[in-house]
Amino acid sequence: MKLSLGPLQYFWPRERTLAFYREAAGWPLDVIYLGETVCSKRRELRTRDWIALATELAESGKQIVLSSLALIEAESELGGLLRLVENGRFLIEANDMSAVQLCRERGLSFVGGPTLNVYNHRALRLLREDGLCRLVLGVEQGRELVHELGELARADGDELPELEIIGWGRLPLAYSARCFTARALDIAKDDCGFRCIEHADGLALATREGQPFLVINGIQVLGREICDLGPELPELRAAGIGVLRLYPQTEGMAEVVSHFHSAVNSLEPPARLGAMNGYWLGRPGMSGLPDAGGSPI
Amino acid sequence: MQLVCPAGNLPALMAAVDNGADAVYAGFRDQTNARAFPGLNFSEDDLRRGIDYAHARGRLVYLALNTYPESTRLPEWERAVDRAAALGADAIIAAEMAVLDYAARRHPQLPRHLSVQGSATTQAALRYYHERFGIARAVLPRVLSVQQVERLCTASPVPLEVFAFGSLCIMVEGRCQLSSYVTGISPNRHGVCSPARFVRWDEHDDGTRTVRLNGVLMDRYAEGEAAGYPTVCKGRFDVGGEIFHALEEPTSLNTLELLPRLQQAGVVALKIEGRQRGAAYVGSVAKVWRQAIDSQARAPEHWTPRPEWQSALSAHAEGHQTTLGPYHRAWH
Repeated sequence: MKLSLGPLQYFWPRERTLAFYREAAGWPLDVIYLGETVCSKRRELRTRDWIALATELAESGKQIVLSSLALIEAESELGGLLRLVENGRFLIEANDMSAVQLCRERGLSFVGGPTLNVYNHRALRLLREDGLCRLVLGVEQGRELVHELGELARADGDELPELEIIGWGRLPLAYSARCFTARALDIAKDDCGFRCIEHADGLALATREGQPFLVINGIQVLGREICDLGPELPELRAAGIGVLRLYPQTEGMAEVVSHFHSAVNSLEPPARLGAMNGYWLGRPGMSGLPDAGGSPI
Repeated sequence: MQLVCPAGNLPALMAAVDNGADAVYAGFRDQTNARAFPGLNFSEDDLRRGIDYAHARGRLVYLALNTYPESTRLPEWERAVDRAAALGADAIIAAEMAVLDYAARRHPQLPRHLSVQGSATTQAALRYYHERFGIARAVLPRVLSVQQVERLCTASPVPLEVFAFGSLCIMVEGRCQLSSYVTGISPNRHGVCSPARFVRWDEHDDGTRTVRLNGVLMDRYAEGEAAGYPTVCKGRFDVGGEIFHALEEPTSLNTLELLPRLQQAGVVALKIEGRQRGAAYVGSVAKVWRQAIDSQARAPEHWTPRPEWQSALSAHAEGHQTTLGPYHRAWH
């Protein structure tokens, strides 16, 4: 199984970001995803800087993929996406249908990102016709869905593309036009002062009785828990997962990568580093909550 | 500009038609649509009667088939498309690619509208659905400012429908897993946000009330304080030691004052949210919007919303508050 470093979801100062990736170049990873996926106003690195960084990191022999924004609103953002797609060298992770279309129109293959909403084998086949070469499963897609996807694709005579799953990190749960960081700091989004940069791992949100719950990250909401599918590695292998994605956090990434590198090269499942990801078992994503069971409503 | 109103049952559909809806959107009584609440939606018989009622009055009925089926459940959605066609629905509203593809191949004459759940926010994304599935219209997610809607109207390959009034999803539709993270039941797959069976209200000795979703505290209310339905996005939480509506307050979208701009931009249809609401809501909201659209069309120069319209709409809003939401930059 390959290991990938997912795109940085937070906003870090330029030097910190560059230093992080220069270190990552030496980590035992197969794939590195680069780029801004959350907010187009985060410009410590601009599109050309990400592409330059990709060129530099490609020398390490790893596959470099450029990730696109999950939510595109303005024409200018679409222009930025076009520059990313037309980089001439690197594969794109398409995180919305705009990116799919721009790749499709140019005959470029792409990685389908976790926000594309691929829930069945027929949708997957349509996207393969469009050029999809790898699918990153959406956050709520677990064991059963992956199994069904494979069975029904094979019944149709299709092969599944390479499948990637979020193996470690915070789950991206929602996107909005609204900036929740700006709201929490009581400032306007249009005049936000890029304050996300002060919250290198996002802003923690707890319930009124102090239960850790979510993380606010600009226009994105993440689960607070660091999910960890390491102990489920034997199941992931059996399900045909080809790539395990680790999302960057500020602390201890080198150790996390090293932990998973040992894990994927061993038959013994590793100890759990984070929380159980309930979605894998068809339960609520947040760990420790009662299972829905029975009828959904 | 068409007025498209919600109907969760036959009386609501009739109320919408009687009060001036040009089109009504409805769903089957299953998980094929994004308002799969118990006791809501249409049996085939009711739908047949509803379509007859609307067609007899020159109005249209759209079928919402806008959830995301997994592989094994896809046939159920395909049958729903077949039923919509057989019943004589005027269009289906769908988001999922395999559903759109099936409809385009099997029932090419049945118009396909891209649902808000399809999360298409750019001309490129709209081109995709148009080229791939021949969509005749798209409903825009509630994330764009009015300026962005105006620009998209000129660049889009298909006519656009926008949300005009109703409960406000603040997340990009089709891209929100907050309810699913807590309950395991998802709006995308099961057509329901914050399912009622996971909601627990508790009254306490000190007069306060708490509301939980699958055990997770969404909010606590003082004695006599108005309480809303506990969706995660409208709960009060602790961020940096401050307790507030960290994502959004209980409020509804109301774009009445933007009517002239939306009209000018070339928006083809205004959508009213609320299939989970009753006939009284649908009837009175439809009536206000019908009057507003007609009076604006008659005298566009000096048109302003009448105060009685605004107060009628506010009375139906969540928390009796309304907002221009994402249409207004300051909301962002």
